[in-house]
Amino acid sequence: MSAHLAAPAPARGHRGRRAARSRRDAQAQGDRRLGYALVAPVIVLLLAVTAYPLFYNLWNSFHHVDLSEAGAPQSFVGVENYTRMFGSSVWVSALERTIAFTAVSIAIETLIALVLALMLNRPFRGRGFLRAAILIPWAVPTVVSATLWKTMFDPRAGFVDYLLGGLHLPGAHTTWLAGVWTSWAAIFVADAWKNVPFMAIILLAGLQVIPGEIYEAARIDGASAWQSFRRMTLPLLKPALAVALIFRTLQAFLVFDVIYIMTGGGPGVSTETLSFLNWQTFLVATDFGYGGAISVMLVLMSLAIAAVYVRLLRPETA
Amino acid sequence: MSASAAEAGRVPASRAAERRRRRLPRGAALWREIGFYLLVLIAIAVSLFPFYWILRTSLATNAEIANGVESTGLLPSHLSFKAYVDDFTQQHFLKPLINSAIVALLATAITIVVSTIAGYALARMPIRGSGLILGFILIAGFFPVLAMVGPLFLLFKELGVLDSIYPLILAYLVYTLPIATWLLRNFFSQIPRDLEEAALVDGATRLQALRKVVVPVAVPGVFTAAILAFILAWNDFAFAVSFLETPPHFTAPLAIVNFGQSNFQVFYNRIDAAVVIITIPIALLVLFAQRRIVTGLTAGSFR
Repeated sequence: MSAHLAAPAPARGHRGRRAARSRRDAQAQGDRRLGYALVAPVIVLLLAVTAYPLFYNLWNSFHHVDLSEAGAPQSFVGVENYTRMFGSSVWVSALERTIAFTAVSIAIETLIALVLALMLNRPFRGRGFLRAAILIPWAVPTVVSATLWKTMFDPRAGFVDYLLGGLHLPGAHTTWLAGVWTSWAAIFVADAWKNVPFMAIILLAGLQVIPGEIYEAARIDGASAWQSFRRMTLPLLKPALAVALIFRTLQAFLVFDVIYIMTGGGPGVSTETLSFLNWQTFLVATDFGYGGAISVMLVLMSLAIAAVYVRLLRPETA
Repeated sequence: MSASAAEAGRVPASRAAERRRRRLPRGAALWREIGFYLLVLIAIAVSLFPFYWILRTSLATNAEIANGVESTGLLPSHLSFKAYVDDFTQQHFLKPLINSAIVALLATAITIVVSTIAGYALARMPIRGSGLILGFILIAGFFPVLAMVGPLFLLFKELGVLDSIYPLILAYLVYTLPIATWLLRNFFSQIPRDLEEAALVDGATRLQALRKVVVPVAVPGVFTAAILAFILAWNDFAFAVSFLETPPHFTAPLAIVNFGQSNFQVFYNRIDAAVVIITIPIALLVLFAQRRIVTGLTAGSFR
């Protein structure tokens, strides 16, 4: 900007230059003010849907706020909601299930996504078709993926039992959503089917910025395919891996829709996760004090997960 | 090493690679090739076959579904569109579809206006603490949705707007604004400054330059952000199930889940017909804007 403005100044002499500079300063100041005005809406709206609920939850978590009681009394109860939460076997087992689901999902999904990304990084006929084919499951609503896999796993209308029966494999005539482990298997499949494509697309973008020449050089130096993958691809993929892992780990940790739709937390409470428990506490039990405590912990744990990844996968450590 | 030297060194190598590729694969290479295409086929089948299955189920009659898959096999014995008709005549699925379209489009429109001006300002204007602001926007995108539900429920109850689709729009912004703002901020940073600066020198104000010069150039980025915002808003379930109470106010995803719970017997053909219906706009969007979605996803999440 300064180059453009300075060019005509010498012809106008000393006064012109000073006028130009004050005009520039005025514009810079106006720019800054306008800048804040343009950024303000996004900040205000996002504060309204994040900071406001967070502080409301924090306040509620130290109070007794139960809508099911007449008049909804709001008395200060100190840390009672928190001691109740940490002492609750329901909350602890929901936490354990959530962590186990997240760890297993992320480990398996990352492997599948990596294979998909490596496939898509290679030019071949039908690459565009494969990419579109995996993008559709990502883009459809969770209601679609969950209902679709509920149909697929249905013992009567489903394909899974039909296939297992046709191949004379064990597991045919299983009522998947009636058992604990089979329910988790069905939930995992539905969740992975929808979310692996996102990871694959992010990892693919990471692979595409790695220059092809370094592989040629490594091959000439006698490196095996595995060696060049291990020593070059993986380290160079670290930033993309970080992005994919942060997004997906938090998504899996906060899993709700697919559980609600496929099992409703059942059989019994065996597929209840933290988000599901949080929803139930708010909208079924209408206990906003206890629910607030669960929410505050959920926010803290999410931030902790993000912070751990940012630290572990910082590009400088590559 | 100079650029030209690197260029010169690369040409023979890539030509050699080209020759290698043209030769027909034999032996181990042939098997590797077969294995690769087998994997591609599996990936395509796993992604798309389930869609065939719900299409097939949606076209089956109640009797066929009650008899089980074994009685008919992979192909339906005959096609019945009754489930689609029932969805509209008996399940009243049109209203939820319209509700979903209204909220998703309004949320997209607000997202686009807010994230375009913010993205421009963050990319171009001398804002103090812009790094901090970008960090906040990113973290807001990670905020646990279910932790928002309680306080927003209380707020909407206080305001008397529970069981209405319009408050959903505010909640949906937590899905759409972070990715759209990051995407557009990155997009604006890549547009050369010369254009708008020429306009500024010619005496245009910032806002005029933004409206007349920058926005036309930014149309592809804005379009990408709009597609992603629409998909994210169209897909919501958590907020709808928390704030909506009566079927005429449901969004389409909530209505579908409610079919299964309200009927005496679950008829998968009706449920799957509705699933097919809400999948169609998304599938079309993916087919026509595949490249945009891919760049949007990656540009929105990388710095």
